[in-house]
Parts: sequence; structure tokens; C-alpha cells
Amino acid sequence: MNEVLQVKHLTKSYEKDEPVLKDINFNLQKGEVVVIVGPSGCGKSTFLRCLNLLEPIDEGSIVLGGETIGRKDKNVHQHRQKIGMVFQSYELFPHLSIINNILLAPVKVQKRDRKEAEREALALLERVGLSDKKDAFPRQLSGGQKQRVAIVRALIMNPEVLLLDEITAALDPEMVREVLQVVLKLAQEGMTMAIVTHEMEFAKAVADRVMFMDQGVIVEENTAKEFFAYPKTERAKQFLNTFHYEALEI
Amino acid sequence: MQDLGIQVLFQGRNFIRLWEGLWVTLRIAVISMAFSVLLGFFLGMVMTMHNRAVRCITRLYLETVRILPQLVLLFLVYFGAAKHLGINMSGETAAIIVFTFWGTAEMGDLVRGALIATPRHQYESAGGLGMNTLQTYFYVIIPQTIRRLLPPAVNLLTRMIKTTSLVVLIGVVEVVKVGKQIIDASRYQTPTAALWIYGVIFIMYFIVCYPFSRLSLWLEKKYEI
Repeated sequence: MNEVLQVKHLTKSYEKDEPVLKDINFNLQKGEVVVIVGPSGCGKSTFLRCLNLLEPIDEGSIVLGGETIGRKDKNVHQHRQKIGMVFQSYELFPHLSIINNILLAPVKVQKRDRKEAEREALALLERVGLSDKKDAFPRQLSGGQKQRVAIVRALIMNPEVLLLDEITAALDPEMVREVLQVVLKLAQEGMTMAIVTHEMEFAKAVADRVMFMDQGVIVEENTAKEFFAYPKTERAKQFLNTFHYEALEI
Repeated sequence: MQDLGIQVLFQGRNFIRLWEGLWVTLRIAVISMAFSVLLGFFLGMVMTMHNRAVRCITRLYLETVRILPQLVLLFLVYFGAAKHLGINMSGETAAIIVFTFWGTAEMGDLVRGALIATPRHQYESAGGLGMNTLQTYFYVIIPQTIRRLLPPAVNLLTRMIKTTSLVVLIGVVEVVKVGKQIIDASRYQTPTAALWIYGVIFIMYFIVCYPFSRLSLWLEKKYEI
């Protein structure tokens, strides 16, 4: 098995005795797309933040490409380069043009040649349909466009795994599609991804595997097809039902 | 008919002397501002720390500076240093010390505000891209902070230029003092000179401060985030 990411017995709490994540075990194979769903506050975003070493963990371990990684490691910055992350609020750097947003990390952190990196950046922008925006500033772009740039900014680092944290939650419905199409394309090309989303139709389309979380634990884990068609646990059924309005009786 | 008061301005070196006076004003303001920016940046970063003692001390400093009139500070430094420490500094040096003391506090508060206004996610996405703390500050946080800071900092500079008129009271001959000297010297020949000279000083202040205030507006628009 070609495991990119392994999480063993991860436990995390913000306040004492109130764990937000309890004994999470999680594997991600190369080229696999796992979608994490669950009600708000179930710990799914915190989980992604732990994977990217943004949050310290209390117990357990995170293994990336065979190497155990942690926030306190000396080479934490190298680890992070291998784990791309895109946030709900895009967080482009407002003082830099689009192309400079994308090139900042490859040129300043990875010390790549600017010309060569710029060629790759332009090719990536082309793929997300934004090559005409390279000299624009973030404030001139729509939410969907900004989010596509944020994805490009993460991709150019050549991460081994990409974490997407509710990347369409702040977008207008029409823009959701243009962003998710980019993600679908990435999935087809074999990008390894862990995605937190509330878009169930999208989850169905993109996921190899679905992980359903509630109150800090993984309640159910299955292939996307199985999970959406035949949820096993009562909690998962309940959760999926909230997306079907016709099921409501008034 | 009596002479027009404005004539006084063109007697001897009067007009040039006024500009020289303004130069003293500007020199004090600009040098103090330069120190204030440097020290204020440092202070602002310290002020964002979560340490209670540090917060308490910096808060106290800021409030003290804001409550005390600049004039009191000037007297304290100029006469206090001479009387109690036996240091005889020039009025200009005392003025620069006081204005730096004041400017650092104001600037520090501005820097603190600008740093806090930068969303946490900015730090996180920089970190997520593999930048270390130094790189994050240098490439992401500080450039944004500077953009937020420029308009209020320019504003502070114009305030400082105007407040320098107080240094007259510790014997520095700046533009207002020069004006007063000219008026006093021509009191008997041209009693109306006062109005004219102060009018000219008004215009001179305007000429210096107006571009700064325009600059501040322009920067605000240009760097709108």
C-alpha cells in the first residue's frame, strides 16, 4: 500500500476534558480523495488544521510519507510545504498581485527560479481559467476566482496532499460550481486530497471514500457510493436526511 | 496713506528668515517622526504580546503621553534635565526628545492596531505555504501593516509639524517666533504688520501640511485592501 498520510490515535482538545477530536485513526492512500462530512462543530475542520500542523495535538501521531511530523519539529516548514491547504476565506495576500501571490512561496521559500516558476504558475492559471487575471489584485476578483487562485497557490508547491477546508462555504451558489469543477479535475488527475465540505452532491461526485464525523469521533466510514445510498448508522441517516427537504413533514 | 503691512515682509531678510524658521520647525518634526517610526514599530510589536506586565507598562506609557500636554513634557525635559541632571541641552534637542517620546507612543498604538487588523488566516496561509515566522512577517504581514499605517502616520506627521510651534517656549526660534520678532521690530512703523505676517505664516504652514494631507488621502485610496 502506498500511504501518503497516516493518523494514529489522534486526540485534541481546546479546553481541558472537552476533547474535540477523540482517538482518530485515518489513512490516506496516494491518489485517494477522502471527503469528511458531518454537522457543524463535529471537529472536521479542526482535524484538517491538525493535519496541517496549525493546531497542536494532545495525543497520537501524524505520519507523512513514513515520517512522523509535529508542530515542534525543526523542519516543520518543510513538512508544511508537502501539505497544501486551502481555507474557506481564501486568504490571498491583499497587497500582492495574483501572479505574485502564487509565486511568493515557490520563489522565496523553495528558492525556485522565478522564470521557471512563473511558467508553471501561468500554466496552472490557464487550467483554472484565470490566465487573464495574473496582474489583477485580489480585491478585483470574485470569491470564486479568488478561491481558484488559492488552489493554484497551494498546487504550485507540489504538495503530496491537498487539504480543502470548506472552500465553497463563503461563495455564492453560482461560484461554487466553478471552484468544485477545478477540484474534480484535480481528483481525476490523481491528486491526493482530504476535503471538508457541506456540498453533498459534490462529495458524491469527487470522493473515493467518505468519513462521517460527529462529536469528535469517526462515526462511519465507507466508499462514497455505499455511504450515500446505504448509510449504516442511525446518526449518518439523520444527518443525510437534513439535506432532503421533501422528507420534512409539516 | 500708511504703508501696507505686507511690505514688512520684503524688508531686509525678513521673508527668508521666515522660511528659515519654518525649516527649524520641519527639521524637528521630521527627525522626531523618523525616530518615532523606528521605535514605534518596535513598541507596536511589543504591544501585541500577550504578556500582562508588558501590556500594563505599554498601556501606562501610552496613556501618560496622551494625558500630559506636550508643553508640560517640553518643560519637564528642558528645564528638568538642566536643573536636576545638570544637562544643558539645546532647545531643539529637548524638542526632538519630547516629540519622539510622544510620537513613539502614538506610532506604537497605530502599529499595534495595524498588526491586530491583519486577519489570523493571513498568518496561517503563509505558514501553510511553508513560510517560517520571519518570512511570514517580512513578505506578508509587514507589507500589509505598512499599507494600513501610511495614511495615519502621515497624519501624525502633520500634527507634529503643527505642534512644534510650542517649542518657542523653550527658546527655539522657529517660524512663529521669527514672525513675532519681525512684528515686534516694526511695531511703530507698521502697526498692521501682525495680521500680514501671521497670515503669511498661516499660508506657509498650509503649503507644507496640505501636500501631506493630500498624500495621506491618496495613499488611503491607493492601498485600500
